[in-house]
Amino acid sequence: MADVHLGLKKLREKFPSSILAEKTFRGEVTVTVPKGMILEICRFLYSDPDLRYHFLTDLCGLDLFPDTPRFGVVYLLYSMKNNERLRLKARIGEGESVASVESIWKAADWLEREVYDLFGIPFENHPDLRRILLWEGYEGHPLRKDYPVEGPDFDKPFVPEV
Amino acid sequence: MGIETSLENTPFLPVLDKVVNWGRKYSIWPVTFGLACCALEMMVASMATWDIARFGSEVFRPSPRQADLMIVAGTLTKKMAPMVKRIYEQMPEPKWVIALGACACSGGIFRTYSVVQGVDQILPVDFYVPGCPPKPEALLAALVKLQKKIEGESLANRKDVPGRLALGK
Amino acid sequence: MAEKQYMTINMGPQHPATHGVLRLVLELDGEVIVKAIPHIGHLHRGVEKLSESKTYHQVIPLTDRLDYTNAMGNNLAYVLAVEKLLGLEVPKRAQYLRVMMAELQRIAAHLIWLGTHVLDIGALTPIFYTFREREDVLRIFEEVAGGRLTPTYLRIGGVSKDLPEETKGKIKAFVESFPKHLQDYETLLTQNVIWLKRTKEIGILSKEDAINWGVTGPTLRASAVKWDVRKAFPYSSYDAFDFDIPFGSVGDVYDRYIVRMREMEWSNAIVRQALERLPKGPVLAEDPKIGLPPKEAVQTDMAALIRHFKIASEGFYPPPGEVYASVESAKGELGFYIVSDGSNHPFRVRIRPPSFLNLGALPKMIEGGLIADVVSAIGSVDIVLGEIDR
Repeated sequence: MADVHLGLKKLREKFPSSILAEKTFRGEVTVTVPKGMILEICRFLYSDPDLRYHFLTDLCGLDLFPDTPRFGVVYLLYSMKNNERLRLKARIGEGESVASVESIWKAADWLEREVYDLFGIPFENHPDLRRILLWEGYEGHPLRKDYPVEGPDFDKPFVPEV
Repeated sequence: MGIETSLENTPFLPVLDKVVNWGRKYSIWPVTFGLACCALEMMVASMATWDIARFGSEVFRPSPRQADLMIVAGTLTKKMAPMVKRIYEQMPEPKWVIALGACACSGGIFRTYSVVQGVDQILPVDFYVPGCPPKPEALLAALVKLQKKIEGESLANRKDVPGRLALGK
Repeated sequence: MAEKQYMTINMGPQHPATHGVLRLVLELDGEVIVKAIPHIGHLHRGVEKLSESKTYHQVIPLTDRLDYTNAMGNNLAYVLAVEKLLGLEVPKRAQYLRVMMAELQRIAAHLIWLGTHVLDIGALTPIFYTFREREDVLRIFEEVAGGRLTPTYLRIGGVSKDLPEETKGKIKAFVESFPKHLQDYETLLTQNVIWLKRTKEIGILSKEDAINWGVTGPTLRASAVKWDVRKAFPYSSYDAFDFDIPFGSVGDVYDRYIVRMREMEWSNAIVRQALERLPKGPVLAEDPKIGLPPKEAVQTDMAALIRHFKIASEGFYPPPGEVYASVESAKGELGFYIVSDGSNHPFRVRIRPPSFLNLGALPKMIEGGLIADVVSAIGSVDIVLGEIDR
């Protein structure tokens, strides 16, 4: 385990005002950034020759109801050159949208579609934003905290439309 | 309407029944319908240790038009349900359904917004095989029971045209 | 002047070669694929939402059913994440047992891949042999854990039961006999002209594309990237074992085949090493708030009974925070991102599925190729829909 996290160090130098919060828990570094700066920070992390965060391991959503801003989008980045991981978090309010990072990592294509499907967070400049796990015409976003696990119409019999 | 209706009151019908049922029960060909984990136990049942071919299910037909048994193995979701119904309707009569595994019987451990709580909500099921996943021997036991059920069927008792000897099903 | 129209065909969710309920909509120009759009979600069971309403112990059986060919590996990923959150130390014997079971499961998963992949391409014989070998592994799992396909063997803090003595003999016999079986499969396939014609230069994924699309596992290693979670972030004493990582050069279907065959050999070697060096000791961490007491104590001692009841129904209260832990499953990097708010239910359980990202790269592999090569490519990526849809 490196004693200095290179990504965090360079972020502190380049974007000092954008780091809203940083936390190191069990050896993992999490940095909270404002949602407007996500695209720029990700581009910097991707193209900087010392860091080279070329691998997007994961992109997921969080619902922190009843906290405001309600949602969070979490990016887990990995640099093969330095063998280190970095987690970026952006808080997004209800009805707001965030820039898509699909232009940097193609892996974000389907991952962002899944966040849109299950949470309802739209992404700007995404080439094809539509539902991926649930079907067209489904109402509601299941992973939100106010959506019941069994679904809204559990006690009605199910009739498929063939 | 079919040769059965003219043979209904004759002594030929029981003999014809016996021969036709003998042919049907020893050559049940399933349609490949593995959805989730139970599909692996279904595949294993057709492999070397628990050979299903010795019971007559020589091949698993991919096309529903050539099959007469549908083994629903795995969780049925609401997105997949219209396709299951369409494939069931494409199978020609006579056809049977075995619900393999807890998810197909009643939804299993997934009591959520996207899972149909049991295949019998959309299809008529003949046999339920519980387990998560059931061992392949359980599937073979259900197949043998199905063979006994077919033995007791009668040609006069067609599902679409009830004969005069209809047993009230 | 008529404009060019492409034929759209549907490779529906019910198809013998899609390895589950995957739907591919293909636009064809003759036999050449112009565009391929996968549609998934036919097996979406809501596992992530369901785990938010269960205690930490109760989520372990749900993880079995994600990638159903690799149940031990899924358990391991989740349990490692929770142990990282708690800061819990796992005894050495339990770590070695976990490694042994994970590698045996990797062999079983690759045997399923081999059998079904070659069956799709047309070779009917190998599947019977591979499933016969897999039965040996499943018999071992049944003796150790009680279940064949969904054993749920691991617990938070260790494993549920110790290895019985008779099973050690079975594992030893399997490890001795497996290299010869691998040799049999190679004899049938590796130099076979038909196999080479159908797999070489098909479904190529370049190195930059593989990294950009987030691909992991044998698919990434076949594209000449030597990266494996077991070497990059070693977990559960993997750094004490002696193994190498096979990788390819071109990134076609043949390279993925070779990578997985070599991986099976190395997994066999790891199981042999684990069996020889198995240390003595407890198999579950001694923490009274987390580990269930042994069954004999529960049936005789009042305090153990109360402890069992409390842990099984209420669970434990981890510190608030978020962790990510990943393992190298048979398909790639399987990760669990757990957010805890201090209560006995997890606040958010996010599963990072390797097959989801591998499948996203599939259109890149098959566009421009022939329709007959779609089947080879899908089989070589080795997707499991239970993991993609969760």
